[in-house]
Amino acid sequence: MYNNQLLIESLKNLSRLLPLKSFSIYNNEISLYVKIDYLEYAMIFLKLNTFSQYKILSSITGVDYIYNKFRFEICYDLLSLTYNNRIKLKVYTDELTGVNSCEKIYSTANWYECEIWDLFGIFFKNHSNLKRILTDYGFLGNPLKKDFPLSGFIEVKYNENKKKIISEPLEFSQEYRTFNYLNPWD
Amino acid sequence: MSLKKKNLLKKIKNFTLNFGPQHPAAHGVLRLVLELKGEIVERADPHIGLLHRGTEKLIEYKNYIQALPYFDRLDYVSMMAQEYTYCLAIEKITSCKVPLRGQYIRVIFAELTRILNHLLAVGCHAMDVGAMTPFLWAFEEREKLMEFYERASGARMHAAYFRPGGVAKDLPLKLLSDIFIFTNQFTTRLNEIEDMLTENRIWKQRLVDIGIVSVTDALNWGFSGVMLRGSGRNWDLRKTQPYDIYDKIEFNIPTGTNGDCFDRYLVRIEEMRESLKIIKFCLDNINKGLILTQDNKITPPDRVNMKSSMESLIHHYKINTQGLTILPNETFTASEAPKGEFAVHLISNKTNRPYRCKIKAPGFNHLQSLDFMVKGHMIADVVTIIGTQDIVFGEIDR
Repeated sequence: MYNNQLLIESLKNLSRLLPLKSFSIYNNEISLYVKIDYLEYAMIFLKLNTFSQYKILSSITGVDYIYNKFRFEICYDLLSLTYNNRIKLKVYTDELTGVNSCEKIYSTANWYECEIWDLFGIFFKNHSNLKRILTDYGFLGNPLKKDFPLSGFIEVKYNENKKKIISEPLEFSQEYRTFNYLNPWD
Repeated sequence: MSLKKKNLLKKIKNFTLNFGPQHPAAHGVLRLVLELKGEIVERADPHIGLLHRGTEKLIEYKNYIQALPYFDRLDYVSMMAQEYTYCLAIEKITSCKVPLRGQYIRVIFAELTRILNHLLAVGCHAMDVGAMTPFLWAFEEREKLMEFYERASGARMHAAYFRPGGVAKDLPLKLLSDIFIFTNQFTTRLNEIEDMLTENRIWKQRLVDIGIVSVTDALNWGFSGVMLRGSGRNWDLRKTQPYDIYDKIEFNIPTGTNGDCFDRYLVRIEEMRESLKIIKFCLDNINKGLILTQDNKITPPDRVNMKSSMESLIHHYKINTQGLTILPNETFTASEAPKGEFAVHLISNKTNRPYRCKIKAPGFNHLQSLDFMVKGHMIADVVTIIGTQDIVFGEIDR
């Protein structure tokens, strides 16, 4: 079992070495919050330091907190094999600021950053090949933002008269019904 | 005169080949643009996204339980492994305990899923390389396993059997004894498949020294599961970060030495044998008891209670209309899926829907490194390497 006090002490020591904004612990999982400018330093430290060898970048998650000023949170989930430990490194950015790519540090970041560019619209500087990977060729918009509707804006279908696939604005015979059963008193 | 010899030499560009989305060896929808110099691959550019179904966006609009069947359909050859990770994530953020029999059933089905997956991986890999028969033998075994899925949950493939807090329904009578009969005869089947392939000269020529990945490169590219173990690093989430009853079971982790495709094939065969050991241990030690936690805030009560007790009725109503409500929390939960480390990054706010559910698929990292693994090999080796990476597009494209 983890001792929370011990964790908090060791993270306070870590914040003397790294320029962290803050850290948080949820369910024994540590998250470190850094400013965008210090992201690369924090990652290189976490990867190469002997006492925190986070050699594997498991995943890069993008989250859209739409009502915040810095609406996007990018979370790098790191894993250390030698210490059997996971850590999350988070940065906050808005729509127009780009983030430095960490492809040179972890090669895995390549496609994850392409995916976040594709689905959220966050630009990564110094990336070797930032392109859309999951959405269709020629898709406009960033689907995973909270202001992009679930059904999207265009529909793609086969037109019998023109004998080819066309894309046109969306037409629903019935609106998509979401039932919000949430208790108003909670 | 400008007819000197060096002016007449033509410039040669690499030949670009589209290893198109519709290809029997492309394991689903993979559009691979290969730049070839003769027969040797200079660069491979995988285009993914042809099976993108918007799973993560759809999950944000559904309850936690309604989102569960999406996970079956991610990696459609090893269905319950993804459900398992999702259920573990929800149990972590709700701090819910799973009863012992529920844990045993989950481990039995997780290991059956591992065998399902490796049978398909080895069978399809063999078929791509050219050996047609092990594919059919492997699929016959898969049919027997899918019959177990159907008896337990009702569906052959996409079971939606695991729930946060345990499993949905108890096992029917005699299922465990039939699983025991299966484990007894499965070793012979595995030996038959190994007989056909392991000592085969052609198989060895096609697989040994192809797609060698060193441990440092594997860590850099984020490999996990069989790809990492084939290169020599014995990292298995069932041993290092055990969940459910894996810490009580004794089993080995097969590890390769060379990091080539042949080692990974051998690791998969050995993993199937280890899975049989785990299933036998669970069959010996499974107890009678509850299969789903009694915490009715998370799981629906059974119908007897629902019809007799008022609280159970209210809980049944709340869970079936509103769903679970989880306090603001966040977790990154990973489990050892057959293909590697499958993880779910789940963020909840105070509502009954996940705020964000990011799915980390092991195949994403593996396919990314295809360019790195394939450089310098020939086209036929591209097929071998795609097969050894065990790529399934459901989980990569989501």
